[in-house]
Amino acid sequence: MSTMTDNQSGPMLAADGTPLKVSLARALRRQKIRAFLLIVPLLAFILISFIAPIGDMLFRSVENGIVPETMPRTVVALEDWDETSGEAPSEAVFAAFYEDMKVAMEEKTHTKLGSRLNYDTAGIASLFRKLRKPMGNIDETQPIKPQFIDAEEDWGDPEVWQTIKRLSGYYTSSYFLSAVDMESTHDGIQMKDDFERIYLTLLWRTMVLSVAITVSCILLGYPIAFLLANLPLRTSNILMILVLLPFWTSLLVRTSSWIVLLQQEGVINDTLVSLGILDDQGRLELMYNQVGTIVAMTHILLPFMILPLYSVMKTISPSYVRAAKSLGANDWTAFWKVYFPNSVPGIGAGAVLVFILAIGYYITPELVGGTSGIFISNRIAYHISSSLNWGLAAALGVMLLALILVFYWLYDRIVGIDNVKLG
Amino acid sequence: MKSMHTLATAAAATMLVASAAQADEMTIVSWGGAYSASQQKAYHDPYMANNPGVTIVNDESSAEAVAKLRAMDEAGNVTWDVVDVVASDAIRLCDEGLAMEIDPATHLAPAPDGTPAAEDFGDLLVSECFIPQIVYSTTFGYRTDVAEWGGKSPSTVCDVFDTATFPGKRSLEKRPINNVEWALLCDGVAPEDVYDVLGTDEGVAQALAKLDTIRDDIIWWSAGAETPQRLADGEAVIGSTYNGRLFSVIEEQKQPVAMLWDWQVFDLDGWIIPAGLSDERKARALDYIYFATDTQRLADQAKYISYGPARKSSAPLVGKHADLGIEMAPHMPTDPNNAKTTLLYNYEFWADNRDDIDAKFQAWLVQ
Amino acid sequence: MERDDYIVRFENVQKSYDGEILVVKNFNIDIERGEFLTMLGPSGSGKTTCLMMLAGFEPATHGEIYLNGQPINNVPPHKRGIGMVFQNYALFPHMTVAENLAFPLKVRGLSRADCDAKVKRALEMVRLPQMGGRRPAQLSGGQQQRVAVARALVFEPELVLMDEPLGALDKNLREEMQFEIKHIHETLGVSVVYVTHDQSEALTMSNRIAVFDDGIVQQLAAPEVLYEQPENAFVASFIGENNRLMGTVTALNGSTAQVKLDGGGETVGALAIKCGGVGERTQLSIRPERVVIGQDDADNKLSGKVVELIYLGDHIRCRMQVGTSEEFVVKVPNSHAHAALKVGEVTPIGWATDDCRALDVLEA
Repeated sequence: MSTMTDNQSGPMLAADGTPLKVSLARALRRQKIRAFLLIVPLLAFILISFIAPIGDMLFRSVENGIVPETMPRTVVALEDWDETSGEAPSEAVFAAFYEDMKVAMEEKTHTKLGSRLNYDTAGIASLFRKLRKPMGNIDETQPIKPQFIDAEEDWGDPEVWQTIKRLSGYYTSSYFLSAVDMESTHDGIQMKDDFERIYLTLLWRTMVLSVAITVSCILLGYPIAFLLANLPLRTSNILMILVLLPFWTSLLVRTSSWIVLLQQEGVINDTLVSLGILDDQGRLELMYNQVGTIVAMTHILLPFMILPLYSVMKTISPSYVRAAKSLGANDWTAFWKVYFPNSVPGIGAGAVLVFILAIGYYITPELVGGTSGIFISNRIAYHISSSLNWGLAAALGVMLLALILVFYWLYDRIVGIDNVKLG
Repeated sequence: MKSMHTLATAAAATMLVASAAQADEMTIVSWGGAYSASQQKAYHDPYMANNPGVTIVNDESSAEAVAKLRAMDEAGNVTWDVVDVVASDAIRLCDEGLAMEIDPATHLAPAPDGTPAAEDFGDLLVSECFIPQIVYSTTFGYRTDVAEWGGKSPSTVCDVFDTATFPGKRSLEKRPINNVEWALLCDGVAPEDVYDVLGTDEGVAQALAKLDTIRDDIIWWSAGAETPQRLADGEAVIGSTYNGRLFSVIEEQKQPVAMLWDWQVFDLDGWIIPAGLSDERKARALDYIYFATDTQRLADQAKYISYGPARKSSAPLVGKHADLGIEMAPHMPTDPNNAKTTLLYNYEFWADNRDDIDAKFQAWLVQ
Repeated sequence: MERDDYIVRFENVQKSYDGEILVVKNFNIDIERGEFLTMLGPSGSGKTTCLMMLAGFEPATHGEIYLNGQPINNVPPHKRGIGMVFQNYALFPHMTVAENLAFPLKVRGLSRADCDAKVKRALEMVRLPQMGGRRPAQLSGGQQQRVAVARALVFEPELVLMDEPLGALDKNLREEMQFEIKHIHETLGVSVVYVTHDQSEALTMSNRIAVFDDGIVQQLAAPEVLYEQPENAFVASFIGENNRLMGTVTALNGSTAQVKLDGGGETVGALAIKCGGVGERTQLSIRPERVVIGQDDADNKLSGKVVELIYLGDHIRCRMQVGTSEEFVVKVPNSHAHAALKVGEVTPIGWATDDCRALDVLEA
């Protein structure tokens, strides 16, 4: 190919004189189009149901259009205000605010704006909800500021205006700061007070518990998968049904049955007490803590460990172990040096699956986790469905996603992603 | 804001099917269980009997109503016609512009004696978008057979914090609302000062510190059914929940459980109509609301569930339980014997401070 | 006693998997030290089961197996010290070739230097000195095969078992490998027990062949004996090509029998190997290359009609109708001594009585 330089012979030509590459591309185009058309439905599905929502979520975690869009004049006027002065802004700001709010109240967007600002500073929501009172009595010929403050003195509080100024951009980092227990004040970005920090603790706990769940899934699932892979087909099919059985039961039912088993007046404690192993006063606390979360979630996620392990183990030829034994390895060495390394891709696939599922779980931790066994997803669910602080929920979600990607990357570095097999 | 919000679109896409349903279907969202059943008997069945063309479809999504309505609104496709929510959610929906404003004079029926609806409901009209339906309370129930209590039984809410006299697990709701009020009341704060104290960081810290004294004895709940279950199982000896749930444990299931009404917290539950309905759907929703919130209908509901009707004029009409045949009036949270010490859920305070105090509460929980 | 002569002895060994059917029925064999013994038979004949019992992966249901004079029924496989080559090589995919070869050495606790030296020597023996760093998957089938052989030999076992090791290779490679294995066997002097269903492989490589069928050894003999002197109809038909003529014994005369062929009525002479008494039915077995054509001086003379001629270079394969059989094949050497045959032509054929064996009748 080194002789095929441009000035020597030019591009290779097809029989009709067109360059060979062009001719080849033309010949392949039809094939490519057809191949593309075949994947279009899936591509569209993924775009609509997966990529776009994730993109939207990423966007929500920084999006803040409501403030500049609802109060454009105020935002401009506030640029000249020194937020460190400790005083309420000037008359010009109030005048601009008055104009903005006239429009906003017309469109009924002022309460929505209040809710948004309230995420950062408690109390602003009701200021905006009660705007009708100061706004209704304004005499436009007189200075606006004193009238506002007379009607509702909290409008003179600089903290309200600091919040507005801080959030006046179209994009904000405030959600992400909240998600890592930080806040932006006029003194700059700093950690929140100790008694308000929660997300980093939860994030760390989510990681630790997910790892614990993954490890216990491996420990419990490996022998079962091994058994399944090595039993005669008929027996292993029956066992497989037992493994899959939890899949056919609703998550809530499964979790509730763990409550029945684990609670202090539950089956396990009752049995231990009636056997005399435990004193009636010394019943074990098996749930409403991390133990409960780990036990129930290990049970729920176990099939996700067993199935990939099983399908990988199915492909490990029994002759490997036989070969190892014939070469002088005892049972343990044959297992540990030959069988186990070949089953690692299954462990990898199962572990990635279980870990990622565990990290995003919230129903089970909510029901059996008490306070020490809940996950960060519980807070995400809370902010989605209860506090409606979707921006914060999105920021937490993005962090979780980033974390999973980091784990994935680490996994790739340590084990190698091509070492993951589902069968 | 341009509704390019695909998250919401995806969520609402599943509801497209429902929206394509017949025009004479009306989707009413409520809480499910015994509560929905009482509404079915007291409101839906008679309404459908009067309007043979209308079919009412029940949806049990009230717990996620605010989030779902916001998602539907962003997707531009609201499929619900009437939604049963607690008052605090109604206020938020109103704030967000997701619920339509109601004019009591034209949209609600006057009392039989001609008293205008606005007066009949009185203070309970806590939001312009909200039509109150019932008064319920969050209060305590306790087991009557706890040996360690030596024959004593709790008489005040502060006994919840007295683990020496009344040992055993407490079942409390996993949120600050109500718990912090009780904690302050039992920490020596005067009832009228509770919200002033809670409005400060120190006040929240004080409340959490009080809760911290019984922290190891608390099992937290997030669904109203959990406390009755735990009381019945003996898993908890005392716990807060909605009074109607306790009624059913005590009177229907005959469990050894009794009510502790002291400092019960009144809350309201009622209807909103989502904003942005077509004129036709809006008219029908309003027609339903007019019917379902009249004096007789509200009184009827109390036959099936022990929640107090929101109209003053309904109270005298409350009769016996439809199945158990017992007088319902003594089981109403509003009964004078039960309502000696009460709090009313402070909507305004919690609308402003809920997120803030909740963050502190959760931070305390995970410590 | 004879422990110096025999490395392996099977004594009345039986094997059943389900308690109902015997897969191996009363297997007895003595395998000599340094011998290349092949177990040959169709699939399901019990040969692999015998191998697995010897390796220790299947317990014998009854009977005893001796290795170097010691009973080994209760010795686990890894203590038997037997090398084994598996059907699909069973090279450990997560190890390099060198690691695969070092595996048996490491579990025996050899020093690193010893390991390296032995691995290097083994790789040279199978002519793959450069491949130590590769993974099995990066090797061709033939190379994998050689590594598998090297691995089974690297720890210098006295006995190596091979379970259809060449089954996955194409024909040319298979023939090449046959010679290579044979060569290694001769060089190292190890005993080899080899399982195959390919008779030409067995004939090429073995000192002795045990022909299995239906859980029984039908004949145990050197290759040429098996071919020339099959002792029953199964061996005769399983090993090599064979013409079968059915008939009835009319007279027994010492070692020969007179057999009247079905249909045609001619009576021919044959060696009485396993034919029963006068009046009983028998199957005559004659190798195609032992049939002479167009000559009158044979012990037995018949005539056959040419049905088909296939030109195969060194010889011509002539299918004829003889008596009732239309599958009678004669290999005619491609030489001037033979006149050209034509399809449809009737020609005299014949064979020596010593080349024709009167055997039992296969139930078919």
